[in-house]
Amino acid sequence: MIVELDRVTVAYRTVTVLEEVSLKVFRGSFLAVIGPNGAGKTTLLKVILGLVRPVEGTVRVFGRDPRHLGAERRAIGYVPQTAAVDRHFPLRVADVVMMGRYGRIGLVRRPSAADREAARRAMERTGVTHLANSPLGRLSGGQRQRVLLARALACEPELLILDEPAAGVDVPATESLYELLRDLHKDGLTTLLVSHDVGVVAAFVDGVVCLNRRLVAHGRPEEVLGSEELAQMYGCAAVFFHHGRAPHMVVARDECWS
Amino acid sequence: MLELIGHTFMQRALLAGTLVGILCAVVGVYVVLNGLSFMGAGIGHASFGGVALGFLLGVNPLLTAVVFCLGTAWGVGLVTRKTSLREDTAIGIFFACTMALGILFLGLTPGYGVDLFGYLFGSILAVTRQDLWLALLLTPAVLAVVALFYKELLFVSFDPEMARVAGLPVDRLHSLLLVLVALTVVGAIKIVGIVLVSALIVAPAAAARQLTEDFHRMMWLAPAIGAASTVAGLLLSCWLDTASGATIVLVATAFFAVAAALRRGILPTG
Ligand SMILES: Nc1ncnc2c1ncn2[C@@H]1O[C@H](COP(=O)(O)OP(=O)(O)O)[C@@H](O)[C@H]1O
Ligand SMILES: [Mg+2]
Repeated sequence: MIVELDRVTVAYRTVTVLEEVSLKVFRGSFLAVIGPNGAGKTTLLKVILGLVRPVEGTVRVFGRDPRHLGAERRAIGYVPQTAAVDRHFPLRVADVVMMGRYGRIGLVRRPSAADREAARRAMERTGVTHLANSPLGRLSGGQRQRVLLARALACEPELLILDEPAAGVDVPATESLYELLRDLHKDGLTTLLVSHDVGVVAAFVDGVVCLNRRLVAHGRPEEVLGSEELAQMYGCAAVFFHHGRAPHMVVARDECWS
Repeated sequence: MLELIGHTFMQRALLAGTLVGILCAVVGVYVVLNGLSFMGAGIGHASFGGVALGFLLGVNPLLTAVVFCLGTAWGVGLVTRKTSLREDTAIGIFFACTMALGILFLGLTPGYGVDLFGYLFGSILAVTRQDLWLALLLTPAVLAVVALFYKELLFVSFDPEMARVAGLPVDRLHSLLLVLVALTVVGAIKIVGIVLVSALIVAPAAAARQLTEDFHRMMWLAPAIGAASTVAGLLLSCWLDTASGATIVLVATAFFAVAAALRRGILPTG
């Protein structure tokens, strides 16, 4: 087991954002977290990353408190929400990807040949090698996400955490991004993903967690997506239909997701 | 013009000016990229209270200025963390308070006159041997710290959250940055003056930002523009008999305007 949350409650000042959330992420699994905006999905990831401290409950990542993870910290790759990254910062793609190594390199030291090699491999894997010299500000949404994914992979993680990686990415780029995530998972990377594309994600994850402050439902995608709980969570008509083997969910966006 | 350069005071001012121009611009890169311009202005103006206290107590005003600058940087952080106020509000409070203290201290000090003018607006004649020594020590020291923590300061500036995930001491690096700003302010006071010091920190870095999308290149361009601004500004101010600090800042601003025009294609690029 890589991540274990036990009745975790998080509050920002007096507002409770997560309530008694218990969750396990097993090695080699691919888990999707879904839920409406403001459900606490990002907060849940931050708890796992050790950025937010729960007011109650325990968190274990690689068997330790994520805020005192020490060297294991390097084994976590994180792709934040796009909004969290300053796209007007003067940096080239290769520099951004190299940052994924900084935690491993250590204070004051310079990147070694091995670091450069790891960054190169990460760029190759995500197909951004040809962009190495491009400024961050000139990338499309899809390219930017791949670069951030390359940065996360550059640290050679055992656990990959992504926060809405498809936000602001067009449909073809989203599909190829998910395909890449699926390949990475096949190669043994434990993946935890926050996503709005419930239907698409359901086709290849092996677990879905529905979150709306509390854990609403948790299980295999086909169990969760047809469940009463999910329809209740969105509080409006959620219609599922099967397209090929992947269940798709349609919700009235403006009513439910705003 | 040439004969002016022959004078010791002018050589001293030019050397100190070059060093301070480089120092301000390098620290300015982080200030600009971290959105700390107002913080820079706040720390810059806080030095007024410190300088005035120095006059009152009869100690070197730059010493008391360091205390005020560091105190403001620390105090703003404290107020922001302990209240639900935004950082700019905290800066606004400290800005006003330190200036008011400065005015109060000056009121209690008899006959500060000419000296104060040098501190407020900068003056070539006010650059003493001591000030030159300060610049000679401070500039390499700050640059060494920047070189040492180059990748960490970059990471924290670009993506503090990710830096925290990677295990970097983000809060301490942020404090380090503010300490560098405070030291830079004190190093530059005698050249450009309290009122304009934050402009010399921001303008060359902002100009460099217009000219490149590459951080490492920005780190070379900004100090080049900073040094060029102080040297050209000092010479111009002698030649035109204008206030040195104001002339330097206007030259730096002109660099920024030209760079911004180049970026937007208003001027043809070479
Ligand atoms: N730093 C913060 N301070 C105060 N409230 C916050 C903070 N971050 C998030 N919140 C609040 O917590 C709730 C959950 O936010 P978040 O975890 O970002 O949800 P999601 O990612 O599911 O949209 C929201 O109501 C949000 O406004
Ligand atoms: Mg979110």
